[in-house]
Amino acid sequence: MSSTTSHLPLTTRKDNTSVQNDERVRRISPWRGFISRPEFGSIAGTVLVFVLFGIFAGDSGMFNLDGVMNWAQVAAYLGIISVGACLLMIAGEFDLSIGSMIGFAGMMMAVPSTFMGWPMWASVLFAFVGCMALGWLNGYLVVRTRLPSFIVTLAFMFILRGLTLVLSTYFSNSTIVSGMGDKVGSDPVTSTLFQGSTLHGLFVWLAQVGIIDKLPNGDPIVAGIPKVLLWWLLTAAGAGFVLSRTRFGNWIFTVGGDAAAAQNVGVPVRRVKISLFVFTAFCACLFGVLQVADVGSAAADRGLQKEFEAIIAAVIGGALLTGGYGSVLGACFGALIFGVVQIGISYTSFDSDWYRVFLGAMLLLAVLFNHYVRLHATRSK
Amino acid sequence: MTDDYILQLENVSKFFGTVIALQDVTLRLRRGEVHCLLGDNGAGKSTLIKTLAGVHQPSRGSYWVEGSDVRFASPREALDHGIATVYQDLALVPLMSVARNFFAGREPMRKLFGLIPVMDIDYAARVAEEKLADMGIHVRSPHQAVGTMSGGERQCLAIARAIHFGAKVLILDEPTAALGVKQSCNVLKLIHTARARGISVIFITHNVHHAYPIGDSFTLLNRGQSMGTFAKQDIAKEALLDMMAGGAEIQGLVAELEGRAAA
Repeated sequence: MSSTTSHLPLTTRKDNTSVQNDERVRRISPWRGFISRPEFGSIAGTVLVFVLFGIFAGDSGMFNLDGVMNWAQVAAYLGIISVGACLLMIAGEFDLSIGSMIGFAGMMMAVPSTFMGWPMWASVLFAFVGCMALGWLNGYLVVRTRLPSFIVTLAFMFILRGLTLVLSTYFSNSTIVSGMGDKVGSDPVTSTLFQGSTLHGLFVWLAQVGIIDKLPNGDPIVAGIPKVLLWWLLTAAGAGFVLSRTRFGNWIFTVGGDAAAAQNVGVPVRRVKISLFVFTAFCACLFGVLQVADVGSAAADRGLQKEFEAIIAAVIGGALLTGGYGSVLGACFGALIFGVVQIGISYTSFDSDWYRVFLGAMLLLAVLFNHYVRLHATRSK
Repeated sequence: MTDDYILQLENVSKFFGTVIALQDVTLRLRRGEVHCLLGDNGAGKSTLIKTLAGVHQPSRGSYWVEGSDVRFASPREALDHGIATVYQDLALVPLMSVARNFFAGREPMRKLFGLIPVMDIDYAARVAEEKLADMGIHVRSPHQAVGTMSGGERQCLAIARAIHFGAKVLILDEPTAALGVKQSCNVLKLIHTARARGISVIFITHNVHHAYPIGDSFTLLNRGQSMGTFAKQDIAKEALLDMMAGGAEIQGLVAELEGRAAA
């Protein structure tokens, strides 16, 4: 064996790469390294969107504190489910039942508390346990039958949407169960965890010293940080940490990149996939519970089409449809783009009907761009 | 007498329904030798590897590892005995980094703040780079995607990984099949390195030109049966070529073509 390191000058081992050993290996510039990261497309997209709305709606109040809270909240809701969808996609699977799960979670929370006399905290717990059990079932069916998750979760998309409607009309004779706001508010556990905003005192103080605007009655213009934003931060930070730093994160990439290879190196493929279905269901349930607490009612049409928005956000964020590639940070920026566009368009002179056109175009652009970057990142030296 | 064999298959047969995939095959691997398993497509090479790797269990016959009778229920158990198989697909994920691939399924861990278990990426990167450098492969960065590496480099990565995780027996399934001339040569060097470290190697190929220079002994398979095992000093390359299924056909073809050229 001639080409071992033993005869190389010691200095080449010292400076982090061994570039000098092979004249055909080029150094990679930091810029090139940055643009080949999965989240680059969505960060660039976010910058683009901010620039556009800065031009067309810069003086409309969109970037005032209340305007920011407005679109940040929309982004946060979507962000929560796109984090779940993103991890699941990296592991090579889809969940089309996210949207229906949101509606079903709301109903699982509303029915026992309104019609069976359960305390609110028990109903919320029931919703979380129920959703995660359904997520487990989704995952179990996918790994057990080896059917595409597309089909299995498509079935659950209809089953859960239908069940939500059935439950709602059976118990309340209507497609909506109202009066939830007070119930959540009067239970200290649920009101602390899921309702309204936090850091109220700070915002009152900020208003008093004149840093933020006041309403005519003297209250600050924004009551505090909406809790949904904190939940988004928490799920994103947790998922991002798990994905990039832990053993389980490495397993997620391996399973999505090549399930057979993962099996061969001893990764428990089934367990990884099922736990991610459960996590996605958890995210959907969190969305549903927060929304019910915020809006004050559970309804049969909640979360409609949210599964697509979550998947789009993950794809804009660089997640590969076939698995094995993606980033939580990217998915969060994808969700941010949604929030800014959805709310921002009403601040501009454009008709808000253009919202979907814009998003579709954004998706197409993001996919093309990510495809191009990935090709350059992995196919060439 | 049997003690200096690290791994033995004795009169092993494997049936799949009515198909006889292997019949009374005996294969004995000495400690620290490179044993070449030669055979054409359909000779039963794949079945034999999978039996050694613990994917299949022999229908008849016995399997011995370091003098004790074993019966592996899964590839995991074979791995635990130090028998590592590098399949043709290499079990590598192209979109993942070299370091993450190297340690996939066996991640090195450390405690963040003495509390939270996280993957020790720095250690993984350092070890992956070192072990590849030992094989003569110098990657730009251990964080680059495996997809950027050539076929030969990936083969080296898979072999380096198997050796790092304590393989005593390395089973290489057609490692040179998809490679160019120079890269094949690198893989042969790699096999030599492994042997020099005391690792026993089973090298599966249908290419006698690759097998003969590196091999210490040769077992030929044909249609599920062993045509015998030969030490290198007992057999010439031409004789091996002749014995390979197709060897006679090739020579016939050569004779015919030469005859036509002469006419």
